Amino acid sequence: MFRLSDKGVWEALEDIKDPEIPVLSIVELGVVRSVSVNDDQVLVEITPTFSACPAYHVMVSRVKAKLRELGAGQVEVRTILSPPWTTDWLSDVAREKLRQFGLAVPVRHGGELEKAIESGAAACPYCGSSNTRQTNSFGCTPCRAIAYCSDCRQPFEQLKPL
Amino acid sequence: MSTTLDQPLKAAMAARLLEMADDELILAHRDSEWTGHAPILEEDIAFANIAQDELGHALIWYDIRRSLAGDDPDRLVFFRGASEFRNMQMVELPKGDWAFSMVRQFLFDTWEALHIEALEQSRFTPVAEAASKIRKEEMYHLRHTRAWIRRLGLGTEESSRRMQAALDVLWPYHGQILIYPTDYQLLVDESLMPDLTPLSAHWIERIQAELSDANLRLPGSAAVSYTRDHHSPYFPALIEELQQVARIEAEARW
Repeated sequence: MFRLSDKGVWEALEDIKDPEIPVLSIVELGVVRSVSVNDDQVLVEITPTFSACPAYHVMVSRVKAKLRELGAGQVEVRTILSPPWTTDWLSDVAREKLRQFGLAVPVRHGGELEKAIESGAAACPYCGSSNTRQTNSFGCTPCRAIAYCSDCRQPFEQLKPL
Repeated sequence: MSTTLDQPLKAAMAARLLEMADDELILAHRDSEWTGHAPILEEDIAFANIAQDELGHALIWYDIRRSLAGDDPDRLVFFRGASEFRNMQMVELPKGDWAFSMVRQFLFDTWEALHIEALEQSRFTPVAEAASKIRKEEMYHLRHTRAWIRRLGLGTEESSRRMQAALDVLWPYHGQILIYPTDYQLLVDESLMPDLTPLSAHWIERIQAELSDANLRLPGSAAVSYTRDHHSPYFPALIEELQQVARIEAEARW
């Protein structure tokens, strides 16, 4: 018998990590947008970071597997695109975890994306310096860019502002 | 705003979404041919990312089409005959040299930036929502390809010559933007899709401004007027390669 509440489902989803950023759960990443439980049926709405994120399908199948494992009879994972995911949704706790992982996070832009893109690299995740520059606005995944810290002379990755 | 459509708008919308998705898919395929072959490593990474983004956008449009017409995106991509694709010829031409691929991507990105902005105003909610998502990602593309237009246009005699040669080949194909089926007008009348004539004029103005900053010029050659069911001789081989693996074992799952 499935006895989870909405809150229980949210807690269960905290166990699912982003396969490409394993320090964050999909809840911390901000991609889980809503959860609703009706008897043993669960509907989860999630949204991709970038449209072509290769980890997205892995997240969807892990959510389904996790909720079935907990006894849900019917699980629907619905993709929604609105409002579009933004790096602004990353909490301070998530930002700190990412920094320790070596992945810099751009400051919140409040919707002024164009300005944020033009403003260049984020602060260095290793030494904290802002004396950084972007060396490639594309990286190893659609959500990352490559930057360089001119103070500690260390290349690093950052999330692209979105 | 509306989340459902009645016939004949539904059929017209499904047809238009197929054109948009096919443009993104075929361009993504041509771009991906540079993976492992781009002039420098950073650019290999960047262009592979751009290809991947375009593939993601194709899937968004195929998915909305599925909600209207019921067809599975994988079936559409891997099991349609070449003559059933509805992409413009501009995106299917062989990748050429680096200048050719950069000019093509720049022309497409500049078009897409304007087109997507217009799609955000669609009264059909799924299209408007998808456009808001795609617009943010596209900012990175245009910024990147504009930089290449200047870098190569203002680079050396050789780079400038190659850029102009690429423009001379590609530009006539821009005419296909304005060739669309008669029922497209139904969508325009209902504010579901944008009127392409002013949009195209705006596009040409922007291209002209960017090119003149890079010491390049828009060729005066006549625009082609092929409909989208007319493909170049290069297209069947592209489709054969794209579908090869899926067709070996149609029922395979992974």
